[in-house]
Amino acid sequence: MKLKDIIEALGLKVLTAADRLDVEASGGYTSDLLSDVMANSREKNIWITLQTHQNIVAVAKLKDLAAVILVNSRTPEAETMKKAEEEKIPLLGTADPAFIISGKVYNLLGQKE
Amino acid sequence: MLKAFRADLHIHTCLSPCGELEMSPLSIARTASEKSIDILGVCDHNSVENVPALREAAKPFKIDVLAGIEVASEEEVHVLGLFDSLEAAFELQAVVYDHLPGENDEEAFGLQVVVNSEGEVLRINKKLLIGASTLTLERVVELIHSLDGLAIASHIDREGFSLIGQLGFVPENISIDALEVSPRTPFEEAQRKFNFGFPLTASSDAHRLEEIGQATTSFLLQAGTVAEIKLALQKERGRKILN
Repeated sequence: MKLKDIIEALGLKVLTAADRLDVEASGGYTSDLLSDVMANSREKNIWITLQTHQNIVAVAKLKDLAAVILVNSRTPEAETMKKAEEEKIPLLGTADPAFIISGKVYNLLGQKE
Repeated sequence: MLKAFRADLHIHTCLSPCGELEMSPLSIARTASEKSIDILGVCDHNSVENVPALREAAKPFKIDVLAGIEVASEEEVHVLGLFDSLEAAFELQAVVYDHLPGENDEEAFGLQVVVNSEGEVLRINKKLLIGASTLTLERVVELIHSLDGLAIASHIDREGFSLIGQLGFVPENISIDALEVSPRTPFEEAQRKFNFGFPLTASSDAHRLEEIGQATTSFLLQAGTVAEIKLALQKERGRKILN
């Protein structure tokens, strides 16, 4: 499923890199330990986290993730937004907590993992 | 004259909810003295309140006690702030307290006991000291430096609550003074593994008496102060880390 269709289906707010949404998502990964995400996420995963530190952008780039969903209406720090725009990493916002949004993404993509 | 100082820059007291009640000032000072420690960094979670008692209790043992605090940032990264000035440490504590939500549940997390140098209970701290502040890591480091303190990332070899565990790697442009390795990683292994261009220190992160001094860092210094340790970390004016 394309990232842009997931965004539409779940009503996610596009915070950065609005021109990078035409990409096929490979599944999801939910974690707030960046070291764990570096070890265990897969290419083109949608990463679900509450971390808003600028390092999330570097991890997403390093692992070639499709997007990062920030839960609980968390607003990224200005530096994080700037870096995500520069590195073309879509940051997406939702008011849902991690459990709920993970379930919703799973329902759309779960069969792929 | 420069001489060697053996430092354990990270220990807790009975004020930390996870610290054993046996961690009273006199017992800590006596144990540190038995282990030939010259400098102790007293770093309770998000609080400085037992430092005055430790300084008092450590005097007869000729141990220099640095006023410390282990701040939990918004990202749940633990950072040590170490100060020569007690006032500076309390100033940082005031900011941390303003950004530290919640109340301690003693059954769940443990007692948080503020004591005098004799180990007598002065009061019970009710803040949720085990919790995370709403200050970003960068802000915590800035605050520590603005008060002339030393900012050290705690136990980076641990997965939880460490700079590397929480954030994957050392963020760009962060002016952290050193990275701390816990006793679980042999120092030589740590030097290979955590070769990020920052000085490495080893400390015990002791929560129990027997853990004090399980890992230490020896410095060549003129005096047991934060100002001198800063010079040693930057290898200035003959000061340095010995091992």
